[in-house]
Amino acid sequence: MSSKAYSLFIKDFRSELRTRYAINSLAMFIIVAISVILFSIGNERVNENLTAGLFWVVIFFTAMSGLARAFVSEEERGTSLTLQLIASPSTVFTGKLIFNLILVFCMNIIIAVLYSAVFDAFVIRNFVLFLCAFVLGNIGLAISSTIIAAIISKAGAKGTLYPVLSFPILLPLILTSVQLTLFSIDGTGFEKSKFELAVVICYDVIMLTASYMLFDFIWKD
Amino acid sequence: MKSIIWKTFLFLLLAFVSAAGIAFPIVENPTHWYQFPFIPGLEENAKIIFFHVPTAWLTVIAFLMSTIYSFRYLRKKDMNDDIKSYTAAQLGIIFCILATVTGAVWAKFAWGSFWNWDPRQSSIFALLLIYGAWFALRTSIENEEKRATLSAVYAIIAFVTVPFFIFIMPRIMAGLHPGSADDTNSGPVVDFKMNANMMLIFYLSLIGFTILYFWMWRIGYKSLMYKERLNKQQIRG
Repeated sequence: MSSKAYSLFIKDFRSELRTRYAINSLAMFIIVAISVILFSIGNERVNENLTAGLFWVVIFFTAMSGLARAFVSEEERGTSLTLQLIASPSTVFTGKLIFNLILVFCMNIIIAVLYSAVFDAFVIRNFVLFLCAFVLGNIGLAISSTIIAAIISKAGAKGTLYPVLSFPILLPLILTSVQLTLFSIDGTGFEKSKFELAVVICYDVIMLTASYMLFDFIWKD
Repeated sequence: MKSIIWKTFLFLLLAFVSAAGIAFPIVENPTHWYQFPFIPGLEENAKIIFFHVPTAWLTVIAFLMSTIYSFRYLRKKDMNDDIKSYTAAQLGIIFCILATVTGAVWAKFAWGSFWNWDPRQSSIFALLLIYGAWFALRTSIENEEKRATLSAVYAIIAFVTVPFFIFIMPRIMAGLHPGSADDTNSGPVVDFKMNANMMLIFYLSLIGFTILYFWMWRIGYKSLMYKERLNKQQIRG
């Protein structure tokens, strides 16, 4: 099963390298989103608390613009029936999840680097805590957006519905991640932020389990 | 005959709860059976507990029932389960709006503004968003079975995030809502330091509104089922 999932991932990876649709649009979206924030701020000095929130706003909207492709592309090319024949639903989900995970990590590392270069107020004092929040937040984001992308691809309404459906699901994750980013900007220790870390870990585990259990029903027509 | 008894009972119960909840006075030291105690920090505003809390409670119950019937639909693929889940969610969004509005009106008098992103307000808003997204998903799909399956899956995924909103968020974040993490004076309302008659009317109100909900839900899903059956007959005839 794992080798099949890996080859599915490689297939997606190669077709992505051939067209570079997701990579290009994501890269442009990151630049657009950050420059819109910069233009609207102008010469004002932004306060630290605001930068943590804006950081996750950029991440959320960039994810919404790029991650819906995972299953929609299969439906557009008409290849989803072939995939149903050759692999079990959980294998397909694993393959797509790995692809989205890597996409999310690349995208968010670029966002983090650009963001900290552009905003002077965005200074991380507890780097290890930020890294934990960042990694756990990215995993949760990838899992939730993959399962919602699967629902969207079968629903037929592609673009507009995706952020609408994802936002309430991602809200607990984003709120807790913003809180953790604030803690890492303040330099708060692990002892005080362990409850928020536990909430994010719970979210990841619950979403992963629910996604694997429910994906069969979405995938089989 | 049986339903007449139920309806009369429900009418009497809700009439008593409404009259008692509005008319019974709040005094410093209750001496008579019809007097409510004075709770510091809440004062006369405390009476909203008889009407606001049941709507918030029914919002969650409706969501729970919608999810349970979604589960049953996914297991048995029976369209009636989808209709039941849909009706439960329809009532749920009505009670969710009622809870938001009554809460905002109460907040104007108790805190001075209609909306200030208290954790409880954020969580009821998140529930409203989930209901809204669920109905948006349903309207976007034409095929009945596909609509039932996908909305059932979404309902279950959304349901697993609800504990974060209802149970975790309001308890870790500081807020003004009675029963928040840092509440000192009006917190005991939630720990049931109300006196006996206030508690009795509160529970009667909860029971009354719950029966009302189930009654509305039954009428709702039955009418939808008859509509489906008539549609099928028309297609055949």
